[in-house]
Amino acid sequence: MPAVQETIDQVRSIDVDQYKYGFETEVEMEKAPKGLSEDVIRFISAKKGEPEWMLAWRLDAYKRWLTMTEPSWARVSYDKIDYNDIYYYAAPKKNPAPKSLDEVDPEILRTYEKLGIPLREQEILAGVEPERRVAVDAVFDSVSVATTFKEELKKAGVIFMPISEAIREYPDLVRQYLGSVVPVTDNFFATLNSAVFTDGSFVYVPPGVRCPMELSTYFRINEKNTGQFERTLIIADKGSYVSYLEGCTAPKRDENQLHAAVVELVALDDAEIKYSTVQNWYPGDAEGRGGIYNFVTKRGDCRGKNSVITWTQVETGSAITWKYPSCILRGDNSRGEFYSIAVSNGMQQVDSGTKMIHLGKNTTSRIISKGIAAGKSENTYRGLVSAHRKASGARNFTNCDSLLIGNQCGAHTVPYIESKNASAVFEHEATTSKISEDQMFYCQQRGLSEEEATALIVNGFVKDVLQQLPMEFAVEAQKLISISLEGSVG
Amino acid sequence: MAGVTLMKTPAETGLVQAFETVKATLPGDVESRAQAFELFERNGLPHRRVEEFKYTDLRALMREVAPFAKVPSADEAKTALRDAKALAEINALQVPFVNGHFVRDAVDFKNLPEGVEIVPLAEALASGHDWLTRLSPVEWARQNPVYQLNSSFMADGVMIRIVGQVTTPVHLRFVTSSASAVATATRVLVLIEDGASVKLLETHESTNGVSHQPNDVVELIAGDQTNVHHVRVNAEGDQALALSTFAVKIGAEASFNSINVVAGSATSRHQVFAILNGENTKAQINGATMLKGRQHGDSTLVVEHAAPHCESRELFKTVVDNEATGVFQGKIIVPHHAQKTDGRMMSAALLLADGAAMNNKPELEIFADDVQCAHGATCGQLDEDLLFYLMARGIPKKEAESLLIQAFLGEAIEFVDNEDVREALVHTVEEWLKART
Repeated sequence: MPAVQETIDQVRSIDVDQYKYGFETEVEMEKAPKGLSEDVIRFISAKKGEPEWMLAWRLDAYKRWLTMTEPSWARVSYDKIDYNDIYYYAAPKKNPAPKSLDEVDPEILRTYEKLGIPLREQEILAGVEPERRVAVDAVFDSVSVATTFKEELKKAGVIFMPISEAIREYPDLVRQYLGSVVPVTDNFFATLNSAVFTDGSFVYVPPGVRCPMELSTYFRINEKNTGQFERTLIIADKGSYVSYLEGCTAPKRDENQLHAAVVELVALDDAEIKYSTVQNWYPGDAEGRGGIYNFVTKRGDCRGKNSVITWTQVETGSAITWKYPSCILRGDNSRGEFYSIAVSNGMQQVDSGTKMIHLGKNTTSRIISKGIAAGKSENTYRGLVSAHRKASGARNFTNCDSLLIGNQCGAHTVPYIESKNASAVFEHEATTSKISEDQMFYCQQRGLSEEEATALIVNGFVKDVLQQLPMEFAVEAQKLISISLEGSVG
Repeated sequence: MAGVTLMKTPAETGLVQAFETVKATLPGDVESRAQAFELFERNGLPHRRVEEFKYTDLRALMREVAPFAKVPSADEAKTALRDAKALAEINALQVPFVNGHFVRDAVDFKNLPEGVEIVPLAEALASGHDWLTRLSPVEWARQNPVYQLNSSFMADGVMIRIVGQVTTPVHLRFVTSSASAVATATRVLVLIEDGASVKLLETHESTNGVSHQPNDVVELIAGDQTNVHHVRVNAEGDQALALSTFAVKIGAEASFNSINVVAGSATSRHQVFAILNGENTKAQINGATMLKGRQHGDSTLVVEHAAPHCESRELFKTVVDNEATGVFQGKIIVPHHAQKTDGRMMSAALLLADGAAMNNKPELEIFADDVQCAHGATCGQLDEDLLFYLMARGIPKKEAESLLIQAFLGEAIEFVDNEDVREALVHTVEEWLKART
């Protein structure tokens, strides 16, 4: 059955030629010399005022990276990247480390205004009865230009700052956790990131603390010929809770730009991390010129018992997406969740999914993925669910639907389901009624049709998270969620 | 892996040497064999970094190559066939192969059932028979290293043509029998003309306790409005490394029904490549695999809906006991023009012991926007509630388990329309369950 009209219109409204965030900001930038070498890494490290161990860590990663080859297994194709034709560091020349918003280049402030990102605390407070507040870390090319509500968060004991600052101020914490989830040599792009990462956010939530507000980072690539290599590290100590949002955009350009980020999450005993992404990098034009290569390694480690990590992602941008936010369910009774909506238009190529690696006892995971392909795009879901020998009682439910609009695009599903434990129960795409018969029954009893009930249950959580998004395009994201997947294939 | 040249393993070196030694003695055109072998040699034995062999690493599993089997003597063939038991009691036209060679004497060529024509492959290759142009009909298979090995080494087999309604089942019996390990490469081509119907049985057996290495290929080209029932049984010996390929191309408005039952081999990999090449064709492709001890059983499947309005159902059931490993890799491909496709693939696995493992990979590759495709995979242990229910009614645990396992596999087997064959398959399951410790 073909897609319904409403869905087609909705997807059309975010087609590649409708990209709204493609403007450029004129700021004078300071850059590292073009290309990648030990000297460039030393330059970045020196710019960030890093301790010696950090530089050694980077150089070690660089040496290992030189011996690695670019992965080719994903269902994406692109011209070979010349890693020596990229600027690895670009920062606004005027005051690259502003102490307050007044010191930030007004051009940059205007950029964030245009993007709808609130950088002024008072502005947010000035609203009538603000329902909720969001602390923002704004990363502009290679540096963080502003971080809001730092002081207030500090009162609660929460550390929220650019990672370059954290390396200086909390070296022990960073050293303990950095690279502990995504090892330096994890994969080609993660190793590259380890060598040259420039900025990103660092979050530490102390034991028993519920983070008083949403945290968010907004990534903007602006400069030509640069790559963005950010690194995010979030640690939720015992019994704590944090919800983190990430958004990203870039100007329209004919060239391809590389974005190779690493995100590491650590949840200790009874802690919970919710990580949401609205990825809206420039997708290139209708002919496939330009656009961001989004090669990202995201992984969460449910290290403690009863810990929870939830990934929610709305993917509409990027020329190529190569991204598999994963959960290592190490602690007993820990839970991993992955909710994703990936819409591809034009010539976009998406190869995305998740990995749920069950190591501990009674660990549970849930994967809900929806891929919508239109235009001449390719949309692949690739996911791994595995149970280790000792993962008794592990439980997974996976549901991945895809929808095609037109017959020029492709939708692919490549699930890997590996069980080494007899008591592990994995269900991939079994009947929807199995999600939770009780909930279905409850909804249907109250007059909802089966589809409505399913939509409510499946989307309930995703909606919940997306309604919290501070960015202007939250509205669009919400519209996307409600897209009917009537006619989808699974 | 790009840019990395792997060292040749002893098995790979062995294959190169074997090919050099036997190529001149094999029937037919050396050139086409050399081409197939060159394709194989380019990448060598597939390993876990080759996506299609991720879960069955032949580089690791195939340590050395057994010598290729010689033509058995008449007595040897007779003894081997006498000892082979799989589906032997089914009333059928028997087409036997011993150690990869067609046993001519066992077939009464003068009294073949009406509509059946058989041409020995070795002779056909030597004389350049007309039908040879129809060999290797499926591109997916030609790209496959296991198939390429068979194309390089195939020594014998048959080509069968079916015209009209053939009621007597045709039973292809592949028997490998010898005290020391041998490798075989048998090839069978079945041509089913438009409007014809046939029941095809395929059994694969080998001596217990010997590490035989059969690599068999059965190819089938079914025309329009054909009706094919196909049952394959792997009853190979407990040390065998059995590789096999079933490549099928089906015309329009046809009905195709196939099942593969795996009860033998130390390591087995069965690959099905099916192309639904005409509109309104229906295909049911099933599998029932029983694994125990340290067995490794791989079912790999590619179904291409090359024409619109086709329907395919794939149902694979795997029971894994002890420290065995089961693999299911299935892929449904729907190209741009194959609108109104209806494809459903399901793989279900039962793990009976803590050491057992199952790897499932049900893939979809879809380019058409008006289709219904679904895939499912489940993996788990026996339902405790059901066990409890049965045990509460006085059925001992082991028996209750057997009942549930039988029912589980039965869902795949019940599609077999020939009652005698179905009973024989059920019996195979029962025997397997009896031997469970």
